[in-house]
Amino acid sequence: MQSILEGFAAAFRLIVTGNPELWRIILLSLQVSGTALILATVLGLPVGACLAMRRVPLRGLVISLLNTGMGLPPVAAGLFLYLFLSRSGPLGFMGLLYTPTAMIIAQCILAFPIVASLSHAAVANVDPVIRQAAITLGATPIQESLAVIKEARYSIMAGVMAGLGRVMAEVGAIIIVGGNIAGYTRVMTTTIALETDKGNFELAIALGIILLTISFSITVALRFFQRLGHTGTSANSWA
Amino acid sequence: MGLELEIVHVFRSYNGNRILRDCSFGFAKGRTYVLQGPNGSGKSTLFRALALLEKPDSGRVDYRDGGRILAADLELRRRITLVLPRTGIFNTTVFKNVAYGLKIRGIARAESEARVNDALLAVGLAHKKWHRAAELSSGETKRLGIARAMVINPEVLMLDEPTANIDPANTEIIEAIILKMKQERQATILMITHDPAQAERLGDDLLFMQDGKIIPA
Repeated sequence: MQSILEGFAAAFRLIVTGNPELWRIILLSLQVSGTALILATVLGLPVGACLAMRRVPLRGLVISLLNTGMGLPPVAAGLFLYLFLSRSGPLGFMGLLYTPTAMIIAQCILAFPIVASLSHAAVANVDPVIRQAAITLGATPIQESLAVIKEARYSIMAGVMAGLGRVMAEVGAIIIVGGNIAGYTRVMTTTIALETDKGNFELAIALGIILLTISFSITVALRFFQRLGHTGTSANSWA
Repeated sequence: MGLELEIVHVFRSYNGNRILRDCSFGFAKGRTYVLQGPNGSGKSTLFRALALLEKPDSGRVDYRDGGRILAADLELRRRITLVLPRTGIFNTTVFKNVAYGLKIRGIARAESEARVNDALLAVGLAHKKWHRAAELSSGETKRLGIARAMVINPEVLMLDEPTANIDPANTEIIEAIILKMKQERQATILMITHDPAQAERLGDDLLFMQDGKIIPA
């Protein structure tokens, strides 16, 4: 018990004093997960919206695959990506293994099905009369799709936040393709795993507290977007 | 202002049930037609075909401007509109709902704002301009739907039961708006109602729909 309390005290000291190693790890984590999430959203949102609004070949199969992908074990994703990126793999020539780029790809693979699947559900749940109203008011097919996506915006944001939660907490895939190299590919989750193994609890606890804070913030943001979805906006601006 | 339209031998079925059966009729430019008929007789299906929301299984819907048949493209769709029985309000303010049709047409902001303000004034919703549309009563929502259609100045305006399920006060306001539109604009107006007295008050021509066909009343 004494050592746990000491660990927490040391962890708070690290956070408060702005330990450079700690902040480098946090920044890299945010950079990797943020980029992965942006990519997953840019790819996943159109896929989800398209599945909900257009007649797509093998639509049922694609939706099932995306739903399955939501539960994709990170270590399995990491393993397959490792096989592709390793020197003997089909993408080995790109030299991406053990780089932050490989970690971004891994997290994007994990976040994509979540964003796409939840975007699909969000867009599919929009009342069909919204689309018809847009058409009767003279919308082009793109404007009509945008009107529907706009109606689903809060649920889509909730899906994006769920994707962020997934990638921020993930360790299995990035440790395989990133290698947990100090100062280069070491992020919060992989540092916690490593430092705990080594018995150095201060840094692990400090990062654990920050991860929990981020997790809590994501949950608060999720609730905010879900509530907005029910109550809408009262903005009195034109745009 | 105002287009002629004609439906020619239109058939439309849903799940094997034939709703429109060899339906043919010509609507003259600038007149107001009120369509009545029992539920399931095909009134809304006809309007959806006329509004180019759905293609008939067979037959055609022709819009004419000065005798010339217009292609059923975006340009034509932007000259006509249908106010749906369920308005389909966007989850935003009253103002933005009404401005939508102008925004997608690329109308300049100042002009849009003036036109939206005029439309909101006409339907008695100017004081609720910045309210969330979802907060409106059902009568106000119907008026919002009409304002959204009015603002784009359609040459053919179709209203599918614009006064269904609303109180007499709102019904009176909506009837006044339609009468004013008849007088001030030369649009061709088509309307569905179940109220024979209302049909008499508003219509130049009264039509009856039975078994998927239009019969002049």
